[in-house]
Amino acid sequence: MLSKESIEKIEYELTKYPEDQRRAAVMSALRIVQTEKGWLSPESISDVAQYLGIPEIAALEVATFYNMYDLEPVGEHKITICTNISCMLRNSDEIVEHLQKKLGVGFNEVTKDGKFCLKEGECMGACGGAPLMSVNNTKMHEFLTVEKVDEILKELE
Amino acid sequence: MAAKKSTKTAKPVMTDLKGQTLITLRTLKEKNPASLATYEKLGGYQQLKRLITDKVKAIDVINQVKVSGLRGRGGAGFPTGLKWSFMPRYFDGTKYLVCNTDEGEPGTFKDRDIIRYNPHQLIEGMAIAAYTLGAEVGYNYIHGEIWAEYEIFESALAEAREAGYIGKNLFGSNVNFDLYAVHGYGAYICGEETALIESIEGKKGQPRFKPPFPASYGVFGKPTNVNNTESYTSIPWILQHGGQAFADVGVAASGGSKLFSVSGHVEKPGNYEVNMGMPFTELLAMAGGVWKGRKLKAVIPGGPSTAVMHAEAILEATMDYNGLGKAGSSLGAGSMIVMDETTCMVKALKRLSYFFYEESCGQCTPCREGTGWVYRVIKRITDGEGKMEDLDLLADVSNNISGRTICALGDAAATPVLSFIKHFRPEFEYYIQHGKSMVDGK
Repeated sequence: MLSKESIEKIEYELTKYPEDQRRAAVMSALRIVQTEKGWLSPESISDVAQYLGIPEIAALEVATFYNMYDLEPVGEHKITICTNISCMLRNSDEIVEHLQKKLGVGFNEVTKDGKFCLKEGECMGACGGAPLMSVNNTKMHEFLTVEKVDEILKELE
Repeated sequence: MAAKKSTKTAKPVMTDLKGQTLITLRTLKEKNPASLATYEKLGGYQQLKRLITDKVKAIDVINQVKVSGLRGRGGAGFPTGLKWSFMPRYFDGTKYLVCNTDEGEPGTFKDRDIIRYNPHQLIEGMAIAAYTLGAEVGYNYIHGEIWAEYEIFESALAEAREAGYIGKNLFGSNVNFDLYAVHGYGAYICGEETALIESIEGKKGQPRFKPPFPASYGVFGKPTNVNNTESYTSIPWILQHGGQAFADVGVAASGGSKLFSVSGHVEKPGNYEVNMGMPFTELLAMAGGVWKGRKLKAVIPGGPSTAVMHAEAILEATMDYNGLGKAGSSLGAGSMIVMDETTCMVKALKRLSYFFYEESCGQCTPCREGTGWVYRVIKRITDGEGKMEDLDLLADVSNNISGRTICALGDAAATPVLSFIKHFRPEFEYYIQHGKSMVDGK
């Protein structure tokens, strides 16, 4: 079941497209539902497809194609760290190592308390602030140092 | 639910503005650069108003854009005025206008700053293009990872709508232009214009065969004009000052200013908007030079889909289409990745190869299989299991990806492999022979 809040937001997205093109809103609808529930379960994907009146496979293929959709639970805070060239040149490896040690998880793993999940991301289009990471797909943290990472984690605790 | 009305403010930019030519980022010197009031104070939306109220002919606008020498800033460098002339003049139905803010090629982050600091100039540029081309609906497709900028753009749209700069019956005329923001969700391939169109339609971002080009078959199968963010944002300035003035800012075959995204081993990474044709050495100096007092080793001048250059080659080059072309690479999107003497080129290439493997959309066999093959061979080398024949194999596989795919991503994936091995072959040979890096010994 989609919540009333999610439906309201999806309806706003639908105003952007012609009436006979409800499928166009599938990306934002999936994003909205994922933001509310934390991840996209098969039921959520099916709910979105039903609401938009499109085949389930059409929603599923979008959910599996774009890499910011999470098809498994990612804990309370999903930390995506970029390791691409501009970040790598500015020592993103050190940040990755620190995060993995501190959280005790590898990439794509969730901490035991369900608080954090660590992901390796591709270029986020903010390389001037390298090294950087994004929290829950929305908050970008740039110019990372080990100390700065510790502060961010503390705030998220 | 309506978008939030209050303007989100952005932190002041950190790059030193001295020596920059602020055209697409002309609000940067102001206190609240992103606000409508700031943009209006600088003459914002006056060009749109003039064109509509004076009923300026489309052909006259297109001519100014042609004279300006503006070339597509997303990387391909196609002349913008010429692209506009491909849109059908008469069409029974809705024509669309699309802005490509899906910058995801490593080292590219210029459009993010345009949205952060000058979103209204982008909106005016799009509205002018829409008026000129007769498009009544527009979408700005924004890179998935930059959520804050998506929100800034949504609030700028709400401001522009309320002020009557976009919407129905603009300035009391019969001109309509509804503009919306669309948010990507993590796919480099959607920076390719037809993949981006598929994505707007709510599909997987897999490029379409061309022809038909978007001008005849674009969003929802309708005529569509697609330009890059920086291209649209240049338009209001061009119409205010005239096409010739823009051309004069740059050099032959490269009109105007260009936003260069400088990242990697420099003291002050960031965006620098400078005249086309600026010597590389000057641009490097603006970015504070190579960090930690180290020596320059190599530069990727326009994003990884452009060939990597030796320090000696780029130190002589000027930053424009012809200048970098003559020097053996290309301008691309102006995404300059600077590497100092401590950089291991084998490891750098391994990371780039992984990127293209990860981001291949999977539609064309040469790219889907070839990018993975290339990555595995380079990884074999860094794992200490490389063979000398691997270097020829890498070139062979890359040459068989290039030119054999629907979109340009195939060529983009091949370029770094071929250019890294060509220019830094001894490093690759050393790695194969010794099982460790010539540079860091690890």
